[in-house]
Amino acid sequence: MQQLVTMQHKAPLYEALMDFKKQRIVPFDVPGHKRGRGNPELAAFLGEHALAVDVNSMKPLDNLCHPVSVIKEAEEIAAQAFGAHAAFFMVGGTTSAVQAMVFSTTKQGDEIILPRNVHRSVLNALVLNGAIPVYVNPEANEELGIALGMSIAQLERAITEHPNAKAVFVNNPTYYGICSDLKGIVDVAHKAGMKVLADEAHGTHFYFGKNMPMTAMNAGADMAAVSMHKSGGSLTQSSFLLMGPDMNADYVRQVVNLTQTTSASYLLMASLDLSRRNLALNGHAIFEQVVDYTNYVRNELHTIGGYYVFGRDLINGDSVYDLDPTKLSIHTLNVGLAGIEVYDILRDDYDIQIEFGDLGNILAYLSVGDRERDIERLVGALADIKRRFERSKKGMLTQEYIEPLVAISPQQAFYAQKELVPLQAAVGRTCGEFVMCYPPGIPILGPGEVVTNAIVNYIAYAKEKGCQLTGTEDLHVEKLNVVKEGV
Amino acid sequence: MELWYSEPHTKDVKFSIKVNKQLYSAQSEFQRIDVFESAEFGRFLTLDGYMMLTEKDEFIYHEMLVHVPMAVHPNAKHILVIGAGDGGILRELAHYDTIEHIDLVEIDAQVIEVCKQYLPQTACGFADSRVHIHIADGLKYVRHAENQYDLIIVDSTDPFGPGEGLFTKEFYGNCYSALKADGIMVNQHESPFYAEDRLAMQRAHKRIVESFPISRVYQAHIPTYPSGHWLFGFASKHYHPINDQQAERFKRLNIPTKYYNHQLHVGAFCLPNYVEELLADVEA
Repeated sequence: MQQLVTMQHKAPLYEALMDFKKQRIVPFDVPGHKRGRGNPELAAFLGEHALAVDVNSMKPLDNLCHPVSVIKEAEEIAAQAFGAHAAFFMVGGTTSAVQAMVFSTTKQGDEIILPRNVHRSVLNALVLNGAIPVYVNPEANEELGIALGMSIAQLERAITEHPNAKAVFVNNPTYYGICSDLKGIVDVAHKAGMKVLADEAHGTHFYFGKNMPMTAMNAGADMAAVSMHKSGGSLTQSSFLLMGPDMNADYVRQVVNLTQTTSASYLLMASLDLSRRNLALNGHAIFEQVVDYTNYVRNELHTIGGYYVFGRDLINGDSVYDLDPTKLSIHTLNVGLAGIEVYDILRDDYDIQIEFGDLGNILAYLSVGDRERDIERLVGALADIKRRFERSKKGMLTQEYIEPLVAISPQQAFYAQKELVPLQAAVGRTCGEFVMCYPPGIPILGPGEVVTNAIVNYIAYAKEKGCQLTGTEDLHVEKLNVVKEGV
Repeated sequence: MELWYSEPHTKDVKFSIKVNKQLYSAQSEFQRIDVFESAEFGRFLTLDGYMMLTEKDEFIYHEMLVHVPMAVHPNAKHILVIGAGDGGILRELAHYDTIEHIDLVEIDAQVIEVCKQYLPQTACGFADSRVHIHIADGLKYVRHAENQYDLIIVDSTDPFGPGEGLFTKEFYGNCYSALKADGIMVNQHESPFYAEDRLAMQRAHKRIVESFPISRVYQAHIPTYPSGHWLFGFASKHYHPINDQQAERFKRLNIPTKYYNHQLHVGAFCLPNYVEELLADVEA
């Protein structure tokens, strides 16, 4: 244990960069801004300190594509911090980590079991490698209008129906902070010879806080994608890919290198190194503070009334196995406002930007950077919104789960000959593109799925409520790309 | 040797006072607190380096925040004062026997202690039995009050730092519901002159206009604040600041003021054209 703590005090990549800076090396290599001198406006904007370490890989600073010195050491210390067998620095966002998980475990024609409420990066990965999605029917909480975690019984059914699937993909937690029984999922999947991939984009703090839900590595999952830049405090786009003992990390690195930049940003990597050190040393205190803030807001809002803040009362031992105690998910329908409406009012009237609002809920992201006075502003604003707008919830719709009908693989559909047809005319056809709804960023339609009446109605309603629809070629989402028939 | 206190009023403008000595300096939980002594302005208090008050000109600020609303509301009994850890507002309120209850909400207890010790000229109203001190966040405090006050006086610092929350729509909205049906809110409203202060001033006005049916702005000359031209907000659910002014009643009270009088009351609401335009810009 003593040795563990000593290791976590180190930040090998950051330290190497600081040493490098002192040496005042004359650059005749890229990047061409040469420590910012070649781009004074950029240097003034980002600061000379930042540009002085925006450098290329070189011997003293190692190389992310083939790490042998300081990056390797930093990755080893990170692996130790996460309790992983191996950890990679990722500079293409958690999206790149998710892709690496899918590419490392499946190939064309392989089946992968996943819940519908996965991030779009997962389905994009399937378009690229040709694997076929098998959706586990997620249970929903009708009142809150959200999809929950993966239930063991539903997973077992999917495995029985698709015994040759190669991997099971699971969110830990969902955007709303809902955790599945990860240990149970790992047991069931491993028994069936399948790898377990965890999207921990919203679960960084599970590894560093006290009394947090189970982490993927602790549960025995094979790979996990961890957004250090979300609750961990590193720069946007920096992330970790974690591996368990049954993964060949060197093979995974080859997979990562298929799509990863060969000019990885040292700013991003150093931010990972420093954030890991900070969380390893101070994580308990940091996340205790965040949990205190969340509990405080929950109590205040419940006193104010109308709002419901997700809490441990939702836990049901299966599809809500645990709940992220830092997450501030707030159900707004009983105030008579859709989540997306509260989201807009907070920004337009109160200068408060929250993470998202869907039809029934909002999510305010609390983290290491919050201050008490800002928490008070959020509570004050929600109190004022209730006073100004409170009305009956009659006529408010909640989100429905629309079960996808997969006709052909996402890859086949995406690369097929397609034609643009008006929404209504697309009913019954096979979709050739994604239709995403922001919030909450879960696909309504993916390539290869059958367009139904329910889906077309849902798109119309989401549009009317001010959700942002994306993914389609037609930016107004009036027409849809469907696979040409009889070609 | 020369010792100077300097505050940048903009990136390119600096305001300086020659200092005899520094009487106090400490970092509280919320901010840095300093008290200096000078030949020209007497003692003065700064928070995070920003001028809060000097013994020489604080009367202007405090009289204008208290007597303007008190000369309009015919029967203000319950008063909420937010900020104002220096006690200047309390000193002016103490002149009114008709007030029954004053809640003072200051986030930083250390400011009150420092002012009591080093600025007795200003911090002299704390002993009044009608005064109840609450060490709390103003935004949070006011959220828990409903239909309770006749007058709310917002004596805030600038809209960055601990005073930030007191320039927000949520704060003004919650003040609205903390006031009785004929309640008045007055607030420190920044300056219209320099660009950054002007933006803060416009934002505050926009938020207040959205929250109150009557929202007017009045001015005073405060030498030690940026540009010297300072504004105050008068937001009201019922009373109009000029039409409902009770000049005779105020005169009968015989309150010894150095700045405020019943004629200046009216004049203070007459604003320069450029200020009227700035306000009109955000009223639409």
